[in-house]
Amino acid sequence: MVTVHLPSSLALVVAELPRVAQVEATTVHEVVRALDARWPGVADRVLEPGPAIRRHINVFVDGEPARLETPVPNGSVVHVIPAVAGG
Amino acid sequence: MPERLLLLVGTKKGAFIVEGDPARDRWEVRGPTCEGWPIQDISYDAATGRLYAGGGSPWFGPTVFRSDDLGATWQQSSAGLTYGDDEAAPKISAVWNVTAAHGSVYAGVGPAGLFRSDDGGETWQHVEGLTNHPSRPTWQAGAGGLILHTIIPHPSDPNRMWVAISAVGTFETTDGGATWTARNKGVRADFIPGPPPETGMCVHKLVMAAGEPEHLYQQNHCGVYRSLDGGRQWEEITGSLPTDFGFPMVTHPRDPKTAWTIPLTQPDRGRFMPDGSAAVYRTSDGGDSWARLSDGLPQEDAYIAVLREAMARDELDPVGIYFGTSGGQLWASRDNGDSWSSISTTLPPIWSVDAVRIAG
Repeated sequence: MVTVHLPSSLALVVAELPRVAQVEATTVHEVVRALDARWPGVADRVLEPGPAIRRHINVFVDGEPARLETPVPNGSVVHVIPAVAGG
Repeated sequence: MPERLLLLVGTKKGAFIVEGDPARDRWEVRGPTCEGWPIQDISYDAATGRLYAGGGSPWFGPTVFRSDDLGATWQQSSAGLTYGDDEAAPKISAVWNVTAAHGSVYAGVGPAGLFRSDDGGETWQHVEGLTNHPSRPTWQAGAGGLILHTIIPHPSDPNRMWVAISAVGTFETTDGGATWTARNKGVRADFIPGPPPETGMCVHKLVMAAGEPEHLYQQNHCGVYRSLDGGRQWEEITGSLPTDFGFPMVTHPRDPKTAWTIPLTQPDRGRFMPDGSAAVYRTSDGGDSWARLSDGLPQEDAYIAVLREAMARDELDPVGIYFGTSGGQLWASRDNGDSWSSISTTLPPIWSVDAVRIAG
């Protein structure tokens, strides 16, 4: 089981999406798929064609920057965070 | 039955719903909605009562919001709004136009392409016929990007539609989007040397005359034009306008010979109202002549601009005309543009204005 922390700005546009979710997954891509299966639309907001994580979205696994293929060990904590923009 | 008049205002920082009283004298601003997303266009589907708002977030990508309660609450979806996962496939950054017609909803996007939804905006399908046009490899972006910004469905024939792309030009389909024909003959492209090409024209806004589906107007990067044959041939009507550059254009709801535009200085001269003196121009004879309308608008130090989607007209009599500036000012006229008053001077940069009449 993986714990995923999601940004409030994402929860605003995806119906009933919580700020913290628990999913079964072994990679970041599987995390996004699992979220999308329960709250449809998450993948379209977090991923761009490729697929790849959108340019201005950062994902961290246990505090380390991650990509879609990054492994997510059982018990990991994943953060999805919009990148800093502006000054 | 009483009616409500709503202005749908898309801005850099969300959508606003501006409601007028019956006299169009007092206005109430509600918003921002759409969670503050940049909104390029908002439209109303009279057949379903649904609002659609298209835009794109720098973080979360392009999407279309939809609302069944006149903007109080919104849902969004971009399911299917993609050119696919191929490495060479362009990535869509924003939705620039949303238009409902004949039971479907159409979205124009950047990089330029057309999408259709047959389920009220929940899922989208690529109208591949336009992307497959032979000219596609030559399409070039304008200053605002390579964007499909205007969609004009034929009022009675669901198989006919015109779209406008910057900086490519106008296209028409007569077979429901399967194939498209460029409609740019007679339009200048001063930035391309040699004889006029079939495409490459920088159309800024395309509009249809009231009750005459073959009668089109366009404000282009290089002049103002009319066509009386569905875009097969265009005739320049820039005439006495102070410049040949501008973005928005709207047509009268009942008189096919009346239209409004807002000339701006050329791109290399600032893209603002000439001499810092704000004015809207109206033709009442199909473009043969233009009248300058400025009563109530600032005539000094008004270095303001109006973007392509940011002018609208209502259906009342006399016609109300509205425009929003890229500096966040919203102006209204309730007398065909003859005189003007300010609705707000403090909105975010305005990208689109639409005016809709809704049964109370």
